[in-house]
Amino acid sequence: MSDIYIAILGGAFLTYITRIGGHLILSRFENIHPRVEAALNAVPAAVLTTLVAPAALTQGWPETVALIAAALAAMRLPLLGMVALGWAMIVTLRTLAG
Amino acid sequence: MNPDFLSGARRAIPIILSAAPFGLLFGALAVDNGLSVFQAALMSASVYAGASQMVGIELFGDHAAAWVMAVSIFVVNLRHLLYSATTGRHFGSYSTLQKAAAFFFLIDPQFAETEREVEKKGGFSFAWYMGMGLTFYSIWLGFTLLGALFGKLLPDPKPWGIDFLLTIYFLGLVMSFRKRPFWLPVVIVSAAASVLAYKAVGSPWHVSLGALAGVVFAAAFGVERKADV
Repeated sequence: MSDIYIAILGGAFLTYITRIGGHLILSRFENIHPRVEAALNAVPAAVLTTLVAPAALTQGWPETVALIAAALAAMRLPLLGMVALGWAMIVTLRTLAG
Repeated sequence: MNPDFLSGARRAIPIILSAAPFGLLFGALAVDNGLSVFQAALMSASVYAGASQMVGIELFGDHAAAWVMAVSIFVVNLRHLLYSATTGRHFGSYSTLQKAAAFFFLIDPQFAETEREVEKKGGFSFAWYMGMGLTFYSIWLGFTLLGALFGKLLPDPKPWGIDFLLTIYFLGLVMSFRKRPFWLPVVIVSAAASVLAYKAVGSPWHVSLGALAGVVFAAAFGVERKADV
């Protein structure tokens, strides 16, 4: 088997380990400690924030402004409405920024 | 067909359409870096995690050793350990085989939408979960193939903001969890840590490092104090 297949299937195997591993570790414990519970409840916000923050702060002013506007819109609009508004903003602002 | 399955599939469609450009891009870049169309598709079908696939083909283009590629994919995907521990709590009633299958499909948007569903309805069925998972999976694979086959014809996505859709969607998800206890401190810590890591170490390590900072912070300071009886 050539190297690329070892890399792909090895990467796939290791990725599956990450997807099942957290659960396997956690299920060894009878009770979940309150600290672990608090940590797990923070996972969605923590991970998703890291996918947004560098883009918001390092790409340029149109990206920063569009994301601030979208975050405010999210207080009122459903998710898809907020994405549509953010999308309209980024296209407009990038055009303005040239 | 099972109505839960269909409702999960319907939930997936608008989301995967904002991720589809990245599937196209991955397919195109994979072929550009020397993978065959089959190998690009195999990677999407088996690794099934966009950012780590990009890192993998980048390394392949640089003639890295196979084990370096595999381990790098692993490191980029370490955040799934957190998803697995978090969402596994809702798989209680599944059989072992159902769990083994469900965990394979636990990618970023699958995780986020599942947690959103728990927030809204308190739980979800296996059929709903798989309806969403299989929809994400088949469209990701389909767009990888399209990108691998026709990548050279792709226009520049930037003027149309396509490259930014997923970022806006992820921000919407962050906001949708704002009612959780300790939400704002976690967002601030993760944001600061990820930007620091982005500048100091570079992408994609800022994801794992930033997330770890927020989660550890929540464990240290985010335990709700129980009122005295």
